[in-house]
Amino acid sequence: MSIIVDEGTKLAVSGLTGREGSFHGLRNKAYGTDLVAGVTPGKGGQDVEGTPVFDTIAEAVAEAGANTSMIFVPARFAAAAINEAIDSGVETVIAITEGIPVLDMLSTYWKAKEKGVRLIGPNCPGVLSPGKANVGIIPAQFFDPGPIGVVSKSGTLTYQIGNELKQAGTGNSSIVGIGGDPIVGSDFIDILKLYEADPDTELIVMVGEIGGDAEEQAAEFIASDISKPVVAYIAGFTAPPGKQMGHAGAIISGSSGTAQAKKDALEAKGVRVGESPTETAAIAAEMLRSL
Amino acid sequence: MDLLEYQGKQLFAKHGIAVPSGEVANTVEDAVAAAEKIGYPCAIKAQVLIGGRGKAGGIKIAQNAEEAREHADAILGMDIVGPHGEGPFRVDQVWVEGGSDIAEEYYASVILDRGEKKLLAMVSAKGGMDIEAVAAEDPDALVKRHIDPSGFDAAAARSIVADAGLAEDALDDAAEVLVKLAEVAREEDATLIEVNPLIATAGREVVALDSKVTIDGNALFRHQDLAEIADTVDDPQEQMAKEKGLTYVKLDGNVGILANGAGLCMSTLDVVAQAGGAPANFLDAGGGSKAEAIVNALEVIKSDAKVSAILFNIFGGITRCDEIANGIVTASQQIDLGMPLVVRLDGTNSEEGLRILAEADLPNLHQEKTMLDAARRVVELAGGAA
Repeated sequence: MSIIVDEGTKLAVSGLTGREGSFHGLRNKAYGTDLVAGVTPGKGGQDVEGTPVFDTIAEAVAEAGANTSMIFVPARFAAAAINEAIDSGVETVIAITEGIPVLDMLSTYWKAKEKGVRLIGPNCPGVLSPGKANVGIIPAQFFDPGPIGVVSKSGTLTYQIGNELKQAGTGNSSIVGIGGDPIVGSDFIDILKLYEADPDTELIVMVGEIGGDAEEQAAEFIASDISKPVVAYIAGFTAPPGKQMGHAGAIISGSSGTAQAKKDALEAKGVRVGESPTETAAIAAEMLRSL
Repeated sequence: MDLLEYQGKQLFAKHGIAVPSGEVANTVEDAVAAAEKIGYPCAIKAQVLIGGRGKAGGIKIAQNAEEAREHADAILGMDIVGPHGEGPFRVDQVWVEGGSDIAEEYYASVILDRGEKKLLAMVSAKGGMDIEAVAAEDPDALVKRHIDPSGFDAAAARSIVADAGLAEDALDDAAEVLVKLAEVAREEDATLIEVNPLIATAGREVVALDSKVTIDGNALFRHQDLAEIADTVDDPQEQMAKEKGLTYVKLDGNVGILANGAGLCMSTLDVVAQAGGAPANFLDAGGGSKAEAIVNALEVIKSDAKVSAILFNIFGGITRCDEIANGIVTASQQIDLGMPLVVRLDGTNSEEGLRILAEADLPNLHQEKTMLDAARRVVELAGGAA
């Protein structure tokens, strides 16, 4: 097994007719993901290399059987596209778009909760279940199937750690990029729950960064609800307060949201925290061998 | 994006929140002229993006023109360090405003609560001081309540200000201010609005005497007036990076850094620090880093006079290492770095990228295989910590 995306995923890509959307959508298809539809208002009836394009996500659900929506729409229109996806009948919405106004996400977040739709992102690299399906921009070549579930706020940092795990001879059940925005549809806790229930996941690697308190909340949750071993990495120890470090959510506000506070919170609950991506991968590989 | 006090107050005024009248001044002469117009007593307030200005000597009351001149002269050009070590921030502007007849000082704020995914209103009768300290000492003194996403009316606001123990005859006006602060949050895309102090005057008017406002940078496309403010960046490197469309944050070390992806870039700063070095900047080259982007990035990093060595840490995902290598070769033909460049290329097409760099045989270019080795090497070449 794996989580969120697998052989049963039937993907509709909003923005498939755009440059980025077609590049990544077709890459996902080449990996083996069942790409059933593209969605672009006004372009219904066209196709992108054989994949039919619909005007609305609801049509992609009704006519092509889509159950997962990926959003590759420019930031100022993306919240509306996510809202449309939530109403369309898909089970999962994965929003890659970076730069969506956070207050738009506030209402979208609650809308997804209310409708029981799983929202991943925005501002995330997507979800990969090695050997099964890839929805998003994660370069699949660095990840082999295996027993480690990864959940991360960052894209490239995840590729770095995934590659080191691969070199250590292990692999992943799934890799979930939850996104670097202040408000994301799924937090660490939501994904930790899924890994806990996934029989193919034996160990979890969690990659956090400065800003907010999702890591601190995850630390509490790990102590109370997660039986599987968790290894963590936190980026941003050298980040100055008040400065946004690339990701919209990566900002230390006053004295809260620091990397040290997150590391301390995790270690207080018995979670090992690697000093570097390399050490984190090494700890994970070593713990896996002793399981 | 943070607003200066006076910019925040102008936003408040636009939404009907009472603020003292005042003028902004960039020179001592202008400050004195503003004070003469406004009358005495008046406050001369440093306009920098940091709290704790009063303690740092950045806020003074003038009783006459002579004092206005004296204070403006002292404040303009001073460097202010924030309570958490932020800065220093050089004072280029002062805000001159009429004195207020303060009867009580309160605290009011509306912030985005990331954890709960709601707007959070906070009110205290103990304003005019560090609110974190107030909350730590007496948690009940700070009333916190989430704003119902479906609406926030005067009755809901009134119950918050009443529970916070504000004076009975100030409740209606304070509730109205709180409703308007929530309106500012929603309509102006503000993720943090803090008024400390919110005062009740002797004449029982409720006035915002200070402002701290953070606007969501991602929403600037729908706020033309605020986008213009965002275009004014103080730091020369940050200004240059902004013009070139790069995500750059200046730090104060001597190791220039470029990586792809925000997370990997933050991690690179951390491992450089662990290796005993001091990072000079955060610079995320983003995906698809072509030659032009690399030239731009190197120009920004190099323009910081403190930098004595540069680290390129690339893990190619969608970005291909051969493209990056070609970019580095092109860039080194266009600009004379005059300092060592340590390159670590891994990921997609890394072998081809490494071959391109080896063949180009660039002077002063050092290749390392891993992130940790690259960090150690660049620190050594930069001459240790700054």
